[in-house]
Amino acid sequence: MPRKARRGVLIAALSIGAVLMIFPFIWTVITSITANGDVLTTPRLIPQHPGLDGYHTLFAAMPFWRIAANSLVLAVVSTLLLVGTSAMAAYAFARLPFRGKGVVFVGYLATLMVPMQVLVVPLFIEVRTFDLVDTYASLIVPTIASAFGVFLLRQSIAVLPTELDEAAFIDGAGHIRIFLRIILPLIRPALATYGLFAFMSSWNAFLWPLVVIRSREFMTLPLGLASLSGEYSTQWNAIMAGSVVSIVPILLLYAAAQKHIVQSVAQAGLK
Amino acid sequence: MVGLRGPRKLGLVLFFLLPSAVPLVLFTIVPMVSAGWISLHSWNLQSPMRWVGLGNYRRLLGDAGTRDALVHTLLFLAGYLPLVYLAGLALAVGLNRHFRGRNLLRSMYFLPVVTSWVVVALTWKWLLNPANGLVNHLLGMVGIPGPGWWASPHWAIASTVIASVWKDSGFVMVLLLAGLQSIPEEFLEAARLDGASAWQSFWRVTFPLLTPSSYFVVVISLISGFQVFDQIYVMTGGGPAGASRPLVEEIYDLTFRYGDAGGASALSWLLFALILVVTVIQQRLQKRWVVYA
Repeated sequence: MPRKARRGVLIAALSIGAVLMIFPFIWTVITSITANGDVLTTPRLIPQHPGLDGYHTLFAAMPFWRIAANSLVLAVVSTLLLVGTSAMAAYAFARLPFRGKGVVFVGYLATLMVPMQVLVVPLFIEVRTFDLVDTYASLIVPTIASAFGVFLLRQSIAVLPTELDEAAFIDGAGHIRIFLRIILPLIRPALATYGLFAFMSSWNAFLWPLVVIRSREFMTLPLGLASLSGEYSTQWNAIMAGSVVSIVPILLLYAAAQKHIVQSVAQAGLK
Repeated sequence: MVGLRGPRKLGLVLFFLLPSAVPLVLFTIVPMVSAGWISLHSWNLQSPMRWVGLGNYRRLLGDAGTRDALVHTLLFLAGYLPLVYLAGLALAVGLNRHFRGRNLLRSMYFLPVVTSWVVVALTWKWLLNPANGLVNHLLGMVGIPGPGWWASPHWAIASTVIASVWKDSGFVMVLLLAGLQSIPEEFLEAARLDGASAWQSFWRVTFPLLTPSSYFVVVISLISGFQVFDQIYVMTGGGPAGASRPLVEEIYDLTFRYGDAGGASALSWLLFALILVVTVIQQRLQKRWVVYA
């Protein structure tokens, strides 16, 4: 086959593959607007009686907006906490000389190696001891600080030239002011990248919310959707409606920062 | 860098470090150590703990439930790892060429990566629904009777593998694309001048130079594969009849279903140790196959 034709075939194959790749999303939307009576009949690309049955069932079955708001507030709060605490520690490791820095840093890195599964049981017991089971506080607890964020942001501060902060230092600025006025603006791309991933991991978290949350009012979207699918196991239009609503915010965020995300995943190799 | 001295300096260091150090100690280090402590006891989360030494570990190593969970996890990995790697590799190589619309295609393939596991699992549970799902409907149209997918003990793990590969191949693609872009153009140019076919230059030049990225992909995919939980829990609930229950679900069940916090902690440490050992073995083996140009 000549080169040009081969190239054409390749691009066509990749395009078809991409359409197949996003087809499950399209199918989710189609199912969500299929009428109750039509869900369990022959699948159709264009629903015979399109309607919002699925969404009505969803909103009647659970305090959906409350659950969505829980997810959103939790994701925003934990993102702010993670970015804030990580950036501060990153500054200390990159710019403050102090004794025992190496040991402390290794201590931080060690926490990276512990998987959530090991922490689940004792963390649950800890939360129970403080009487926090089934509260917002219990959801936030494991997402206040992350050594991963510290590590990532330290790298981006370490490569900044020190002349800038030295000049500010001579002008009488203290470390706190240098951190806020000079360092933070300079590492904005790294902060945005880490923030996006912090948001996504909080928005999508499942195991920990499953362990600490019992009542509907404190559920997050993944948990709410999973419990919905347990109770309404044949109401696929309602389940898919819930999926559609919970994908939308992430989709908007992704569309806004799509180029940025794909690049930074490649650089950081993070998930 | 010049700075403060004495107590003021200490205060400053603490100001910057404590907001992360305190939660990390309280919510990672303390639980980690107490998991070890709990694992040496028999404890149902209510009555006082009773010291059993390594009893939990000994019991788990001979336990059929643990063995099954390990087998399910390994079966999942055996399907997931090669498929997600090959899919990611094919996408990365295809989308490394220059053509219009390349970035659009890349972000389409990446879309499932940003979707939550619960949504992915529910979407595939519906697509692979044995009775009314789209996949079996399409298979039926071409005369193939579709299997029972997640409702069948033989297909449950395969179903979760399909959903996982769909979600993660875009992620692998991006990691491998980064590796491909770091391969110097001259190498491929030289191969072409020497008369190598596209196939030869892929296997002789591109693939070897991509091994550092491949190594990274294998390491993190193995780690996340050993920790598989969300998608299986939502798609099959570990069933039917426990036929797909992975290790993490076993930890969850031991704690919250059987009230065996000691056993659950011991199993979580065994899982951690297993992942650590596998990662170290890979670190050792990489010298044999990873090419650093």
